[in-house]
Amino acid sequence: MKSIESEIKDLIKKLFSEKKIEVFIGYENGTLPLRTTPYFVSPNDDLDKLAWNRFCSNNLAVYLPRVVAKKKGGNSCKVGILCKGCDSRSVVGLIKEKQLSRNDVFIIGIVCPGIIDTKKILSEIKSSDIEHIDEDDENIMVKFKDGKKNFRKKDHLYECCINCEFTTPFVYDTLIGDGKSSSNTITSSQKVAEFSAKSRQERWQIFEQELTKCIRCYACRNACPNCYCKECFAEQTKPKWFSVTNDLSDIIFYHIGRIFHQAGRCVDCGACVRACPMDVDLRLFTRMLVDEVKERFGYDPGLNFEEAPPLTTFASDDKQEFITEPS
Amino acid sequence: MPDFEPKIVAFLCNWCSYAGADLAGVSRIQYPTNIRVIKVPCSGRINLLYIIRALQKGVDGILVSGCHPGDCHYISGNLFARRKFALMKKFLEYIGIEPERVQFTWVSAAEGTRFAQVVEKVTNDIRKLGPLKYFRKNDYNDKKCNFSSTSENPNFLSGAVNK
Ligand code: SF4
Ligand code: SF4
Ligand code: SF4
Repeated sequence: MKSIESEIKDLIKKLFSEKKIEVFIGYENGTLPLRTTPYFVSPNDDLDKLAWNRFCSNNLAVYLPRVVAKKKGGNSCKVGILCKGCDSRSVVGLIKEKQLSRNDVFIIGIVCPGIIDTKKILSEIKSSDIEHIDEDDENIMVKFKDGKKNFRKKDHLYECCINCEFTTPFVYDTLIGDGKSSSNTITSSQKVAEFSAKSRQERWQIFEQELTKCIRCYACRNACPNCYCKECFAEQTKPKWFSVTNDLSDIIFYHIGRIFHQAGRCVDCGACVRACPMDVDLRLFTRMLVDEVKERFGYDPGLNFEEAPPLTTFASDDKQEFITEPS
Repeated sequence: MPDFEPKIVAFLCNWCSYAGADLAGVSRIQYPTNIRVIKVPCSGRINLLYIIRALQKGVDGILVSGCHPGDCHYISGNLFARRKFALMKKFLEYIGIEPERVQFTWVSAAEGTRFAQVVEKVTNDIRKLGPLKYFRKNDYNDKKCNFSSTSENPNFLSGAVNK
């Protein structure tokens, strides 16, 4: 993967020298092994720190609206960003929702090989033992004090990466990597189908059980590019929708609200799930709305600029099988 | 639960359904008294948060009613709403809330009888379900979310579910 990393660096150097971009949002290696952290590069910053590897999990689009707003100081310089397939869909979503204009961003698209779930690796070894990490096409090779261990990449992907159909970015100014195109259609998720097949009581029990883990840190909201609201309903005081307590009822309230706000917008990037410190399986619920929106309205978020988001439009013959008729 | 009388909040749009309820009243049509009406300008004004807030604070069911498609005072408010309602209904059902608890319908200003029939049906449905026994604000008094708990301790909630 080294070569892709240097390709990205060369490109950024060129963009800076041609004054095409003013700041670049990428990744650097984190302080803990097997982790990366967002890196905001200015022209004079050290480009060597910039990283691209299989642990670049953050959806960087979340920073775009704020960085763009800050940079809009009268000149036309752009913000550069590194986008995997799902990240590019988030950027499209932001543009469609008028949080950005296409001209504000220079997108370096990167064909995504699938991101590795650090937690899956760390369930097998201890982070403090790690001395050196290397990778080849198939494996992540971790060397530690007394030996080494190989992890097959295929078996350690994030859940949302496993059957990803959107590995090639949808919009970009430059594409890096081998652009064998992905299928780019949503196929409904097995996980959702299995959950729907359970009884009502069981479903509520699982929903509740998942959310008992939640500590209401709102990291899931903060990590999501769609959650750009200046004032989130969770913190509104006029009206105050629900209380700031550790009552499970309030926690459930927050999650129903947040997840429903993603209807027709969620690109299933998994950023909310990865941000969660308590391993709440949020995807089980966000993904249901992705499937439902696709089935009902045939809409794929972040895959075109023309089609109006499903909840901002209507058809006179929309299905209404759920309407109560007097019996 | 033979003598359980549910509390139901009915969100009625100003132009059709509220007038429909009015007509039912002036026509002296009898219907169950379980509903508490809240007038909204348009069914398009309905937000999922209204619904879950009402459930959290103690009602047993919700009825939302607007003008029939094509009759909206604001031309298309109910057509936008219809898409949202469809997703709300599916989503709430998916996470395990009985579909009968939250119902959507259309009632025009001329349909006093239909209004009474819908209220009758919704009330009966919810009466059959019994009171909402989960999600309510005070259901979890004994089970505060435990900040020190982790996924290794899945049992600390047991008993709070469907008691
Ligand atoms: S809700 Fe989660 S999966 Fe969906 S777009 Fe937001 S961060 Fe990504
Ligand atoms: S949860 Fe809803 S209100 Fe809060 S930031 Fe996200 S979209 Fe906005
Ligand atoms: S990130 Fe996890 S713990 Fe934090 S609010 Fe979201 S679900 Fe709860």
